[in-house]
Amino acid sequence: MADAFFQFLLRMGDNTLVLGHRVSEWCGHAPVLEEDIALANTALDLIGQTQLWLGLAGAVEGKGRSADDLAFLRDAWDFRNLLLAELPNGDFGQTLMRQFLFDAWQTVMLGRLMASSDKRVAEIAEKASKEAAYHVERSGGTVIGLGDGTQESHARMQAALDYLWPYVGEMFEGDAVDAAMVKAGIAPDPADLRAEYDALTGRVLGEATLTIPDGKYAHKGGRTGYMHTEHLGHLLTSMQWLQRAYPGATW
Amino acid sequence: MGHAPVETIWHWLDAVPDPEIPVISLVDLGIIRDVAWNGDTLEVTVTPTYSGCPATRVINEDIETALRANGIDRLKLKRQLSPAWTTDWLSDKGAAALEQYGIAPPQPAGTPARCPHCGGRGLEKISQFGSTPCKALWRCRDCLEPFDYFKCI
Repeated sequence: MADAFFQFLLRMGDNTLVLGHRVSEWCGHAPVLEEDIALANTALDLIGQTQLWLGLAGAVEGKGRSADDLAFLRDAWDFRNLLLAELPNGDFGQTLMRQFLFDAWQTVMLGRLMASSDKRVAEIAEKASKEAAYHVERSGGTVIGLGDGTQESHARMQAALDYLWPYVGEMFEGDAVDAAMVKAGIAPDPADLRAEYDALTGRVLGEATLTIPDGKYAHKGGRTGYMHTEHLGHLLTSMQWLQRAYPGATW
Repeated sequence: MGHAPVETIWHWLDAVPDPEIPVISLVDLGIIRDVAWNGDTLEVTVTPTYSGCPATRVINEDIETALRANGIDRLKLKRQLSPAWTTDWLSDKGAAALEQYGIAPPQPAGTPARCPHCGGRGLEKISQFGSTPCKALWRCRDCLEPFDYFKCI
């Protein structure tokens, strides 16, 4: 159980860490200043949530590892994030589509985790859910604005959805870790989130005049650590550069 | 020597400005959740505004500095996540100070009530985010000035 709990917390923390880093890559590059600020603030919230999740993961593991140790001293095969989170930013539309697909899942997931049998998990979920609600309001609104926008923006958003949708299925794939979490009352069965997720994304994507692709194929392997995309390693070389170049360096 | 009464300590903390919005105090902001003596140690319970707010560390340092300057040497800062911080905890004094400073205070409706510069009611949102995690960017169509709005959460 303890190891499953640790794995579950890594999944939560690695999602926000890897996506937070990805979003932060926009800093100084967004199409307009307001969007630059919005992306940086979103990244900041995600990194803040990471500190909570990975801090608890380190405590549960009981080997004295801090959130920083877990973030900067693990290599790609030890990461447990969804593949969706590590995919490259692409254009602005693809970044916001990825954000929306993640935010929608996060709001549903955190809502369930607020009822976790573990008080520490419930408290982090309560805190993070307020931020996630704000994020999905913005990412959903932007997806609608761009999807139901010009011919060019619509085409780019449809292309983004076509590319990213096959990565959504991984969110709802359960394994032994999830079964242990369900049994302990710590977290829900991932599959149970699907109906609520489909209702939320269906409404927003419909309003955005976008078509959800047919096909059930789901890329997976991120949250189990079985196989990440090649993109994660490149991301880590940048994110972990300081600790790789100067092991043990402190501020 | 006896302990300083907690009312006095609250008063000291009310003199510690928020590092990013110095016109309001940490008490105005509603992030000091409890002040209590536990034996010889003063325990101050603080809740973060946003989980990634970079001011959190500075806030803790400022609390410690202020209390030590008032002779408190045994001090423990406790982080509390639940109940999660809400702008409902911003004091009336703090809300008035924000508006005076040019930041529209949070409103239950979720949007600013009026322009903090000219009082204009014709407002538009520029961005859901602003210069700090707790603010969004708005503009007044009457005076055409942009202004910060303290997000309501």
